[in-house]
Amino acid sequence: MNATFDISAVVAVLATLMMITRPSAVHGLLYLTVSLLAAALVFFVLGAPFAAALEVIIYAGAIMVLFVFVIMMLNIGDAAALLESAWLKPTAWIGPGLLALLLAIELVGLAASGGIAHPAGAIVSAQTVGIALVGPYMLAVEIASFLLLAALVAAFHLGRAVMRVS
Amino acid sequence: MVASVPLDQGLLLAAVLFALGLAGVLVRRNLLFMLMSLEVMLNATGIAFIVAGARWSAPDGQIMFILVLTFAAAEVSVGLALILLMHRGIPTLDADAGDHLRG
Repeated sequence: MNATFDISAVVAVLATLMMITRPSAVHGLLYLTVSLLAAALVFFVLGAPFAAALEVIIYAGAIMVLFVFVIMMLNIGDAAALLESAWLKPTAWIGPGLLALLLAIELVGLAASGGIAHPAGAIVSAQTVGIALVGPYMLAVEIASFLLLAALVAAFHLGRAVMRVS
Repeated sequence: MVASVPLDQGLLLAAVLFALGLAGVLVRRNLLFMLMSLEVMLNATGIAFIVAGARWSAPDGQIMFILVLTFAAAEVSVGLALILLMHRGIPTLDADAGDHLRG
């Protein structure tokens, strides 16, 4: 049994459960971010520090920022300011804040106790991943770049249509 | 403390998160929440890949996670652009409101 993994897993499940039951999109987004941070801690415990960093940077960072942008664009109006003040009440952020605090305590505890002692060879480093990525998985990288290019073209085209309609 | 997470615990976490995401997609009718639940499901598959990769100490799991991450980023950018476009025509986020398939 591994206490760090168990606590992170429980936080992830709780945050996801809260996310799908919130009426407001911003509250759901806060819980989703906490859930993704908990998943990053799970990756770290599992000996995948590179994946943990990517989870924080891309999922909890970039993708969440996209959601925040869209929620901001959909909330233009007089009622938005009133809604904004309602969102700043402590009841809105106390739940995600407590769950995130739990994760932070876990992280500080890990740092204070000198980290997790992985068995020899259990940590798959970023270097190993990178070597495999440009070696046997080169074709997969090319396919991923095709996908990103297609998404870029589609988002640009749809964004132009949004600007034209408005 | 030697870290050793059993395979079944990690896969159980991935399965529970996937089920929660699926329930979110099926239960919620708000397009933003459906998209966020899709993110949860993709993240759960990523957890499953990482757990399996850690079980055999191989980099393949993390590579599949990176590909899932790429897919999630592409999906969310196109999905959010579609939501914005639909919101201009039908000013609601209800998924059932857009069932007429007219241009």
